[in-house]
Amino acid sequence: MGQAGPRAMLTYLARRIAIAIPTLVLVSLFVFTLQLLLPGDPALAMAGEERDPKVIEAIREKYRLNDPIPLQYLAWIGNVLQGDLGISYKTNIPVGTLVLQKLPVTIELGLLAILIAIAIGIPAGVISAVKRGTAWDFGANAVALSGLSVPNFWLGIMMILFFSVYLGVLPASGYESPFVDLKRNLETMIMPAFVLGTGIAAVMMRHTRAAMLGVLNSDYIRTARAKGLAERVVILKHALRNALIPVVTIGALQLGELLAGAVLTEQVFTIPGFGKMIVDAVFNRDYPVVQGVVLCSAVAFVAMNLLADMLYFALNPRLRV
Amino acid sequence: MWTRAFLGVSAAALLAFGAQAQNLRIGLQEDPDQLDPDVGRTFVGRIVFQSLCDKLVDITPDLKIVPMLATSWEWSGDGKSLLMKLRTDAKYHDGAPIDAASVKVNLERSMTWKGSRRASELTSIAAVTAVDASTVKIDLKAPDATLMAAFTDRAGMMVSPKPAVEQEDKFALNPVCSGPYKFVERVVQDRMVLEKFKDHWNAKAFAFERVTFLPIPDNSVRLANVQSGDLQLIERVAPTDLKTVRADRRLKLSEAVGLGYQGITVNVGNGERSKTPFGQDPRVRKAFELSIDREALNQVVFEGEFLPGNQPWPPTSPWYVKSVPIPKRDVAAAKALLKEAGLTSIEVEMQAAPAPDDQQVAQVLQSMAAEAGINLKIRTTEFATMLKEQTAGNYQMTRVGWSGRTDPDGNIHTFMTCKGGINDSKFCDPKVDELLNKARTVADVAERQKLYEQAIQILDGQRPIIYLYHGKWFYASRANLEGFVAYPDGIIRLAGVTLK
Repeated sequence: MGQAGPRAMLTYLARRIAIAIPTLVLVSLFVFTLQLLLPGDPALAMAGEERDPKVIEAIREKYRLNDPIPLQYLAWIGNVLQGDLGISYKTNIPVGTLVLQKLPVTIELGLLAILIAIAIGIPAGVISAVKRGTAWDFGANAVALSGLSVPNFWLGIMMILFFSVYLGVLPASGYESPFVDLKRNLETMIMPAFVLGTGIAAVMMRHTRAAMLGVLNSDYIRTARAKGLAERVVILKHALRNALIPVVTIGALQLGELLAGAVLTEQVFTIPGFGKMIVDAVFNRDYPVVQGVVLCSAVAFVAMNLLADMLYFALNPRLRV
Repeated sequence: MWTRAFLGVSAAALLAFGAQAQNLRIGLQEDPDQLDPDVGRTFVGRIVFQSLCDKLVDITPDLKIVPMLATSWEWSGDGKSLLMKLRTDAKYHDGAPIDAASVKVNLERSMTWKGSRRASELTSIAAVTAVDASTVKIDLKAPDATLMAAFTDRAGMMVSPKPAVEQEDKFALNPVCSGPYKFVERVVQDRMVLEKFKDHWNAKAFAFERVTFLPIPDNSVRLANVQSGDLQLIERVAPTDLKTVRADRRLKLSEAVGLGYQGITVNVGNGERSKTPFGQDPRVRKAFELSIDREALNQVVFEGEFLPGNQPWPPTSPWYVKSVPIPKRDVAAAKALLKEAGLTSIEVEMQAAPAPDDQQVAQVLQSMAAEAGINLKIRTTEFATMLKEQTAGNYQMTRVGWSGRTDPDGNIHTFMTCKGGINDSKFCDPKVDELLNKARTVADVAERQKLYEQAIQILDGQRPIIYLYHGKWFYASRANLEGFVAYPDGIIRLAGVTLK
């Protein structure tokens, strides 16, 4: 490949970053202007019940809410470029600190949800395809359909009532860091991760089933069977391995769904993650937090896309030309 | 026999040790804002402050003012000077003594620091002087009977002067206060952890080593947590959940009538939108009030758990004016009043927040008013926007309330005096001004009651605010939590509370 490869890759990367920057600027502008359309006034929301005009004015001055909107935006973006995401109106805590505090919680919830989705979705899809037309297939389909149709918040409340109130085996809500108490962490995360994971499991199950059905009818599976291989080896080693490729793609596409689902799940189980932070910030008109969270999410998405592009570049030699 | 006595004492000591080592977990409905009593504005913040920061004085469940950091106080003859004696054994969490000089720094910070939101509560103070280490003299610009009540809340809370003055608005991130518990950590939207302050002057009264406050906004999830035993106490149980709590033998219910009110603010003089028969003719407003059955409203929306009312103070309050009782529903009289005002029917718009309770109240009122020929149009408006429109005069009626204050003045003066800070109905009557201004300077309770009686009688003829009901504070606790008493201010006080 010689020297051309890395240079081509760098050029490609530079081009992608050049495209990513205006995207982020547009996102930040969009969020900044969109939240101005929110009804209500942050100074009024912060002033409390008394609505003392002097307090309202002091808040406006402190947070530069009297400045013209373009100036407010420039001041904010200027600070962001220096690594300062601003300070929460409500708690006076730097937004950067809040993001660092909340992001790992949502990442953990997402990872656990994906694990649960894989653990349920893929075996169910395989069984359903292999036992096509039987009660197994019917049962797995019914479960998948209910996983898709049952709303997160309802399932969450039902699980709390059963496991926490009735059986008393799991905490109803809350969060503990895995580095402080791993057992408690898993106890608090298992229900929300399950609720979040079921929807994705259903999608995975449907796709695994479809892919497996396609693969099971192909010639090389027939050849494998003709060779006298055990059925277990045929299904797991030969069929599933190929069937999983589109499933992995679907799984990756579900990441966005996962973040959206986390917003609701974190509310129900009072998990102090990204989703809960943004909902509360919107209700409190805590603009710096809303802006910070959306910007961080946008950066994460752009970075993921960039990573995917680079992987694609590495895997596909034609792009290197 | 000695052996038995010894065993008994040992068991008691073990039990006491067990209680000592216990942690208490309390579920709150919201996450507080900033943990600095000069800045905080949320109700839940006040619950946390009660354990974190001692106040000059406190209240009893029947609203009497009692000593806390101040052991006694005395007013001068002209009511313009207050002399307070302080405890000599109290310390801040950083070990600094709570003396008169530090109280002076605290009050001055509340009054003059640009970040303070307490200044409006202390406007009557002209000067604070440390007479000696344990005596503070507070000189007033004019007599102010409401000042002591302000000292029972955030304006009377003492924070350690050095870090407060040095750290300014960063102080809230790591507050150093004076209460029975000191600050350990806060994870926003998750928890606030406090631990026992061993050097507190009343440490013996506080059984728990640690107190953790957990914001859990969802009512059912908060209740589920106390049902499962993960929390020991939760505040604001929804009226619809009370049956569940009462039926659950693992739980105990505590309640107190709140200090606030819920009602309807009517635009009677705030701009163009007040210039309607509803805004201008008190007979039409009376007709509307006569169409309302407050008891039915309470039954339908709140399962009969709240308290119907028609004044800024609940009927259980010593300030309630008995000569102005809750009017009975009388549709015929309402129709007759409309006719007298030259109307057979009238349309009026009421804004209400999207919360389910607010919407239900609005709908019940709508159906009641319709029978009297009043077509109530409900406009659902987000709460902060509704307040903004109310201040700007862009409304006819709004369905709002007030959380209430310990002193009666706090529920009426700012709404009903011509220049009142939250007089959004722009009601203005010089006689009412005179009565309410005088009432806030009079210390004698009977004399104050008479002034409020006269004011309420005038207001009852005008109805710039139509009071509907008073909420109650409901707490669910584990059955083995003993000594917890609900207060009208809704604040959780932990002195004497134990887990058996």
